[in-house]
Amino acid sequence: MADEARLIDLDGLQGLIDALSARGYTVIGPTVRDGAIVNAPVHGVDDLPRGWGDEQDAAHYRLRRRGDDAVFGFAAGAQSVKPVVFPAHELIWRGRRTGTEFTVNDRDADGPVAGPPPPYALLGVRSCDLHALAIHDTVLLGRGYTDTRYAERRAGSFVVAVTCTDPGGTCFCASMRTGPHPDGGFDLALTELMDDGPHRFLVEVGTPRGADVLADVATAPAPESDVVEAEAIAVEAASRMGRTLDTDGLKDVLYASADSPRWDDVASRCLACTNCTLVCPTCFCTSVEDVADLTGDVAERRRVWDSCFNEDFSYIHGGSIRTETRSRYRQWITHKLAAWVDQFGTSGCVGCGRCITWCPAAIDITAEAAALRWTPQPAAAGS
Amino acid sequence: MTSLIDNQHPGRTGAIDDLPADPMVPRPYRISRTRQDTRDTFTLELEPVDGPLLRYRAGQFTMLDAFGVGEVPISISGDPTRPGPLEHTIRDVGVVTHALITAPTGAVLGVRGPFGTSWDVTAGEGKDVVFVAGGIGLAPLRPALMELIARRDRYNRVVLLYGARTPEDILFGDELRSWAKDHGVVVEVTVDNGQHAWRGRVGLVTQLVPRAGFDPRNTLALVCGPETMMRYVAAALTDRGVPEHRVRLSMERNMKCGVGLCGHCQLRELFVCVDGPVLPYSRLAPLLSTREL
Ligand SMILES: Cc1cc2nc3c(=O)[nH]c(=O)nc-3n(C[C@H](O)[C@H](O)[C@H](O)COP(=O)(O)OP(=O)(O)OC[C@H]3O[C@@H](n4cnc5c(N)ncnc54)[C@H](O)[C@@H]3O)c2cc1C
Ligand code: SF4
Ligand code: SF4
Ligand code: FES
Repeated sequence: MADEARLIDLDGLQGLIDALSARGYTVIGPTVRDGAIVNAPVHGVDDLPRGWGDEQDAAHYRLRRRGDDAVFGFAAGAQSVKPVVFPAHELIWRGRRTGTEFTVNDRDADGPVAGPPPPYALLGVRSCDLHALAIHDTVLLGRGYTDTRYAERRAGSFVVAVTCTDPGGTCFCASMRTGPHPDGGFDLALTELMDDGPHRFLVEVGTPRGADVLADVATAPAPESDVVEAEAIAVEAASRMGRTLDTDGLKDVLYASADSPRWDDVASRCLACTNCTLVCPTCFCTSVEDVADLTGDVAERRRVWDSCFNEDFSYIHGGSIRTETRSRYRQWITHKLAAWVDQFGTSGCVGCGRCITWCPAAIDITAEAAALRWTPQPAAAGS
Repeated sequence: MTSLIDNQHPGRTGAIDDLPADPMVPRPYRISRTRQDTRDTFTLELEPVDGPLLRYRAGQFTMLDAFGVGEVPISISGDPTRPGPLEHTIRDVGVVTHALITAPTGAVLGVRGPFGTSWDVTAGEGKDVVFVAGGIGLAPLRPALMELIARRDRYNRVVLLYGARTPEDILFGDELRSWAKDHGVVVEVTVDNGQHAWRGRVGLVTQLVPRAGFDPRNTLALVCGPETMMRYVAAALTDRGVPEHRVRLSMERNMKCGVGLCGHCQLRELFVCVDGPVLPYSRLAPLLSTREL
């Protein structure tokens, strides 16, 4: 793809945002809000977190001034694009009762629309989050039954990826082979170049519609030296990740750890607060909520994000299956790193580090996986 | 990395032409009859408000919706070999099941499905077939029994071992007698608690297994009931030599979607709603031995 690579400057980035807006996309990109990088509608380069970087560690997140002008100089924000294409609350249908009749309408025109209107152009999607999107495509679209609302939002979305140039202290996409350089699943991909030359972005084209949009933007051909520099930046970023995860044989390690004493250890720290599942770009579990008006004549069902850390997640008549925090943490990490492989052919973790950063108890998935690997297993119970 | 998404249509947003129907949207069914089976268990007969009767396989379930109250998974209890209303046998245990069994005749309920795997009783042709039911677990087994009875000559010895709480809780009493008398099914019933005029057996259904007189090496066993009961029964059956893959259990987990999307029903790598509910013990044995998995 190197021969197709183009260069844009900050004006070009503005031009790209304009070109996407002109095509009717709501452009969603990183912004600074409440002391964090948050995805929100953006209208121009000035809305982006220019000059902002971040500092991330277990249970620690802080924005910092970079001392340069980089617009993508931070690591994974508090949320991926998951809430855009897979909103936390969504109307599934609304129904009306007239006498004994009940009619269900799944596309009720006066139903509330969650968030800004589609189609979306997702600007600044990290490689880890691109892989998470591909995972959601498999989970929600690639099997027997389809999440039709996700399908619509996703198919309409235009993706502008970005290479992580300054990974955070909780990042480990290099271990998961999901980054930091976007390797597919985008329409356009940017690498921000901040050397002695002018502030510019190398643009790779992933799809014909990406090329089509880029044709409306002032670009220059990218010299070979810039292509080489972009590659070097990604290699260097990969070497600076704050965490690593040894995935070798990990599925078997976790399956064999079902009775590990380590679960009691982690359960003594875990608050079962659900933060990790809320920030994880691949967590897809949902519940439904039924709402009826006072007369009972109008009822609606909503789909809402849920978490395997909630006790009633596994409730069946007579009591929950997973009453203890140890069982719920085991379910979460075993699903992510092991069962996911059997279910979907990939790990359920893309190494974004969010669950580590946003865990109030500083629980670290990479440390827990390593500990399970080295914790002796109790002798098999025999049955 | 391959994407399943068609990226080639700039700005396409509206309805996608070839999108399948939304599996989360129920179809309206009308209650044509509600029959009380026992003190707390009722059978609902449902007819589609529009469209044809539902085709299903024995062992499958639907998501039954009491509009405005909630939606729960309930196995189909009807006879799959005869077209007729959709039947569900429901025990009144909570908010949604109560709303379902108290809904008046003529009321409209929502139905999604049928979902999940089947008992596939035909795998028992040329063999002995053992049904083991605990409590309401007889209802999900009934379609498989009806399927077998329709082709009774293809099967060897057929045994139904059924455990109920009390004599008053015995489901489908008339049918039990007819299966035994008219269709060559050995029916053994036991109750946990039988003070009244009960002259039958008292005790656990597991205790009936050794006496059932089937040929373990040539037997298909279909088991449905509380999980603990199923674990003991599966162990008793395999101890006697029934191969693990020919012991099938119908698993119960929390289910919010029934179609593999909500994540609630997971049992390690299994989505019980689509990989099950009927699963061979060979797959379940390693999973059921860990507490709270
Ligand atoms: C595959 C399958 C087949 C089933 N077949 C039958 C059947 O044929 N007859 C029958 O009487 N019951 C059956 N059940 C059990 C039935 O789904 C529960 O009794 C019912 O969900 C209880 O809901 P409730 O609102 O009345 O109870 P509550 O205790 O008030 O439950 C509240 C909520 O928890 C969830 N929940 C509670 N218990 C269960 C459960 N056992 N399984 C899944 N979710 C649950 C539901 O979302 C429910 O609305 C089946 C369950 C499964 C998974
Ligand atoms: S498990 Fe943690 S590191 Fe892995 S993808 Fe989810 S939030 Fe990111
Ligand atoms: S691991 Fe951390 S973030 Fe996740 S539920 Fe436990 S305390 Fe909350
Ligand atoms: S019930 Fe939703 S995934 Fe199985």
